[in-house]
Amino acid sequence: MASLSRSLRRVPLSVWLAGLLALAIIAAAALSPLIAPFNPTDLTSFNLMDAELPPRFSAEGDPRFLLGTDNQGRDLLSAMLYGARVSILIGGGAVAIAAVVGVMLGLLAGYFGGWVDAVIMRIGDIILSFPTILLALLVAGVARMLFPAASSAEWAPIILVGAIAIHEWVQYARTVRAATMVESARDYVRAVKVIGLPSRQIMLRHILPNVMGPVLVIATINLAAAVLTEATLSFLGVGMPPTYPSLGTLIRIGNEFVFSGVWWIALFPALLLVLLVLGVNIVGDWLRDLFNPKLRGRG
Amino acid sequence: MSAAPILAIDALRIEYPLSEGGTLVAVEGATLTIAPGEIHALVGESGAGKTTIGNAVLGLLEKPGRIASGAIALDGKPFDPTKPGDIRLGRDIGAVFQDPMTSLNPLFTIESQIVETLRAHLPLDRRAARARALDLLRAVGMPEPERRLSAYPHQLSGGQRQRVVIACALACEPRLLVADEPTTALDVSIQAQILDLLRGLADERGIGILLVTHNMGVVAQIADTVTIMHRGHVVESGPVAQVLRRPQADYARALIGAVPRIDVRLDRFPMLDGVNQGNAETARTELRRRAGTQEIAAPAADAVPLLSVESLVVDYGAGLLSGRGSRAFRAVDGVSFEIRPGEVFGLVGESGCGKTTIANVVAGLRKPTGGTIRFDGKVIAGEAAAPRVGRARRAIQMIFQDPYSSLNARMRVGHILAEPILFYELARTRAEAAADVDLLVQAVGLPPETAQRFPHAFSGGQRQRLSIARALGARPRLIVCDEPTSSLDVSVQAQILNLLKDLRDATGLTLLLISHDLAVIRQMCDRVAVMRSGQIVEMEESETLFAAPKADYTRQLLALVPTLERIRGEADIRHGG
Repeated sequence: MASLSRSLRRVPLSVWLAGLLALAIIAAAALSPLIAPFNPTDLTSFNLMDAELPPRFSAEGDPRFLLGTDNQGRDLLSAMLYGARVSILIGGGAVAIAAVVGVMLGLLAGYFGGWVDAVIMRIGDIILSFPTILLALLVAGVARMLFPAASSAEWAPIILVGAIAIHEWVQYARTVRAATMVESARDYVRAVKVIGLPSRQIMLRHILPNVMGPVLVIATINLAAAVLTEATLSFLGVGMPPTYPSLGTLIRIGNEFVFSGVWWIALFPALLLVLLVLGVNIVGDWLRDLFNPKLRGRG
Repeated sequence: MSAAPILAIDALRIEYPLSEGGTLVAVEGATLTIAPGEIHALVGESGAGKTTIGNAVLGLLEKPGRIASGAIALDGKPFDPTKPGDIRLGRDIGAVFQDPMTSLNPLFTIESQIVETLRAHLPLDRRAARARALDLLRAVGMPEPERRLSAYPHQLSGGQRQRVVIACALACEPRLLVADEPTTALDVSIQAQILDLLRGLADERGIGILLVTHNMGVVAQIADTVTIMHRGHVVESGPVAQVLRRPQADYARALIGAVPRIDVRLDRFPMLDGVNQGNAETARTELRRRAGTQEIAAPAADAVPLLSVESLVVDYGAGLLSGRGSRAFRAVDGVSFEIRPGEVFGLVGESGCGKTTIANVVAGLRKPTGGTIRFDGKVIAGEAAAPRVGRARRAIQMIFQDPYSSLNARMRVGHILAEPILFYELARTRAEAAADVDLLVQAVGLPPETAQRFPHAFSGGQRQRLSIARALGARPRLIVCDEPTSSLDVSVQAQILNLLKDLRDATGLTLLLISHDLAVIRQMCDRVAVMRSGQIVEMEESETLFAAPKADYTRQLLALVPTLERIRGEADIRHGG
């Protein structure tokens, strides 16, 4: 632990900047109802007459709209802040669910081995043989068919979280399974087995804290991936409805107007998405190196 | 030994600058010389600086370590091992390391490993190099050398791999060989072969060998001269017979006294440092009072056995989903023995003989394939056994080999020790359990503040004491000790073995002691079973077994184990002077 705290003190500048950037975006998104100039979900707050106004700094800009407006006359900055909030909530929710499910299944598979392991990991293999987007499209599409309400602003986020998590849990399960197998063979686990503690207690109290390091790292990196997946799904039209846009929805809307010279609707949300994913990824990469004993203490 | 020395180390001082400032002096004022054909042993416990000297000679000091002062000379020519080109590792000095598996590249054949070394230093074409590789394999006594050339490391046994490593080290006919614990990872019989080989190289080729080891028996068997180190300083140096028989320094005397003897059974090991026993006596009396009903008497031959194992069979890899089909490996093959109450029963054998598997089955970590185990008359393993879950396990506890992995690094010691006490409901409240933990900590000779700390604050020996305390906390009747001291220094081993003896005397415990070390078994056990390939070859009262072994295998083991009683040059049986 001493070497860990020493490494924490030697955080490179790039990681500091990336971390600050990601934190700033997340904070702005979380506080969007307070800091956004308009409420893009309130239909009375915008006017179709204001549609497709360019950013303030360009020649025909309107001083009310810093980054211009979208095709329905919404303030783009406000829509982006609200959209980032939706994206991060869905991404974070998907990561949380995937991590909890994956860690539990990985613990079971690694601890019991045999058929438990075989069943869980083969299901995981089957799921991983589908591309993330394809599986998520499938889940979201089927959900929409079965419950027409699934595309509403209330239900869409829940469906999206499930559609993304169903693919991501396998990574956690694999990592935790391998770590659990290593830890199970170590003498401190054998010692509590000799005592006769129930398996649940051995797994949760003794093994779990010793396998959590890599989970934290995967979660950070996956957060960025999940936000991207959500954006892609929304871009493809099975994500958030246009009335309650996420970053991906905004990019999709903007995409239709790019060739008519209305570049800002797609560009600004895309930039925000890139910065958010980049920031989180750099921090995640650094965390991964920090927890990798092979890379620690060099250089 | 009057010839000019091959290696001369003079007043060597090796330092490690610390990142917090200041320096750690790993070696201070080390001086030694090695003549042609001389094997010089460098012995000491972990942290003594013996490997550091070996690495310094090889130019392999780990950064930021550096030679601060002193000189190293090879064949009279002083050299700086840190400067490349001065003296070349592989050409002028050969190196043999501890683990023959990791010192060979698993992806290359034996031929390519040796040829690579040869062609790196000598102008040989491929054919000449191959011929020379073959010669080298013959020289190190490899069976069927032609066939072995195209083998990969995993196809060879541990002893054969170490022969290949030695062949590589000899490739360019170095004047000096640095062997760092060359036989520590090997079984007794293979160790004997490798030691013979090293001795032969020194005698026939006049190579000087710097042998770094912790094993006094190895020193006695093949070294000519010895240097004993302690915390970076040379404690004593001289001819082997003189140093081992009549050590002058206090530390040397204590260290040699702590080596378990195989010829006589001692009551206790002489203690190295005055370990503060503190309230250990009172704590143990209290433990004994709690044990209550158990009579503490000498184990009688006609007593009802506490544990009886009948025709135990254990197969590995026979499961439906194990992916190995029906090819099972039989680790234990029809083993039967009984342990009487209050006795220390020893299981001894080389690696892979099935002794640890038996420990796991007795402790309930693995189900047997066949046979039955009875504990106190009740069947606990086998077909008619009731499932051993929860509290049914209390009476049998276990102590493990590796003290660094046997304690959960993320839990406080007090928490670890309280776990069995609370689980078995031996204490009604957490406060009562904490009081119990304090008592246990004292009984194993550790200070009272121990419970508040995390395992990483303790040394290997202290951790092993904690492991023992955890086992005692369950108030067991039988403790299975699986190689309890084999990863410890010899002085710490002596302390732990003394502790086990004291605890047994105090509480009337029964012990099943599993070890590869015949001397440890000799010092600890009342009765011994010798195992080989999953079967018991001989089972006897300890005194009888060591005085007059009946089975050939036992006799062979006893003859091969290097001991302090047989010192080279002293009317030696095996090397004839």
